[in-house]
Amino acid sequence: MTALTLAGETRIGNLSFAFDLSVKAGETLAILGPNGAGKTSLLRVISGLLPLAEGTLNLNNQVADQPASKTFLPPHLRSVGWVPQDRLLFPHLTVAENIGFSPRATDALVAQLLEALNLTSLTASKPAACSGGQAQRVAVARALAAQPAILLLDEPSTALDTESQELIHGVLASQSQVATLLVTHDLSEAGRLADRTATFSAGVLKQ
Amino acid sequence: MKRFMATVAGLTVALLALPLLGLLQRMPWSSLGNPLTNPATLDALRVSLIVSLLATVMVFLLGTPLAWALARVSVPGRRFIRALIMLPMVLPPVVGGTALLFALGRQGLVGQWLNQWFGITLPFTLAGAVVAAVFVSLPFYVIAVEGALQSAGQHLEDLEDLAGTLGATPWNVLRRITYPQVLPAMGAGLALAWARALGEFGATITFAGNLPGRTQTLPLATFLALETNPEEALALSLILLVASLGVLVGLRDRWMPTS
Repeated sequence: MTALTLAGETRIGNLSFAFDLSVKAGETLAILGPNGAGKTSLLRVISGLLPLAEGTLNLNNQVADQPASKTFLPPHLRSVGWVPQDRLLFPHLTVAENIGFSPRATDALVAQLLEALNLTSLTASKPAACSGGQAQRVAVARALAAQPAILLLDEPSTALDTESQELIHGVLASQSQVATLLVTHDLSEAGRLADRTATFSAGVLKQ
Repeated sequence: MKRFMATVAGLTVALLALPLLGLLQRMPWSSLGNPLTNPATLDALRVSLIVSLLATVMVFLLGTPLAWALARVSVPGRRFIRALIMLPMVLPPVVGGTALLFALGRQGLVGQWLNQWFGITLPFTLAGAVVAAVFVSLPFYVIAVEGALQSAGQHLEDLEDLAGTLGATPWNVLRRITYPQVLPAMGAGLALAWARALGEFGATITFAGNLPGRTQTLPLATFLALETNPEEALALSLILLVASLGVLVGLRDRWMPTS
């Protein structure tokens, strides 16, 4: 089953980015490309934070964005889990509250993710008390707790300690039902996690 | 040069402290309770509390969306709108009261329709005193909250975006992410607005009048008592002074950083 298909274009100011890709459930596609190529724009288009100028985005067999038919699903109605590069943990909530933030998160799933990512000792801590690696694990757990059909990872383990990298890779590898889009500079990470790779070139992404 | 500056600074502090000393020195400490048993004083206290608290609630309900829109929605003429909101801070309150009278009075621009269609009359009523207090205190709250939203900036908007992708509806994002981030500024803004509403004099007397038990607030009662019963004026001043100090102490972390 194809969880994500996107053929379209978006514009930010004078810049224009064209995308053509599809990802099946359980598959991981790594996106490579230099900074400014449009990787972040791609993730924003899929999560509903940036509209398409033309084309069609299908998520989970549902049209999520299609300017021609004036279809646009707002972010909260898309089944997407996003792990941004700068993590964006909610500073006023504890680690457990961050992970359980999504209305789709269940207590059992939160407990399971805390355990799997070795975060149980930090349950009641605020993000400010977390190291970089721990914060990244919380961000991954928070996205997975939302039970997404599509997981968006922006440089998920760049500059992380080995323990965090191992834990994150282990949890990601066990997501057999999720279509994953991995944006990374790290070729070894792409090789380890991805089934396929696609590369941006001059603002155009093709598989 | 340093000595000159220090001398002027010392004199200025003395100038600011002097009226306070004058007030406290003449305070009839032993008979302080007497005016406070006077029914007219209690009425003024009751009217003041009702007017200032209702005004604070209105400021919260009207000012929160306004501050959000000012910080987040880019509309043409935003600078003009902001200047308009700040106007009551610099406008002489009596001018504000006069303007309210011509806008909301029985014959006023909107007041005549309020009266004709709904039978609502605002001037010289308690509701009118609340309107006057909202008019003068709203900018204090709006500026505090807008400032907090501006300084939280793009990072807060990114947090809100992320909360949306996790399935939170826009209202839930507002309640669970935006609101907790600007809560301290909202508290400070409300305290300032309340203090301003409590001390309001010029717009109130012009628009709502000075009717004992209905629109006569503590500052108005203080002004009247000064002519007939200075001891009572001193006692009423003390109440207002304590309330102001309370706000100042409550906001000490914001205005008087310990470091």
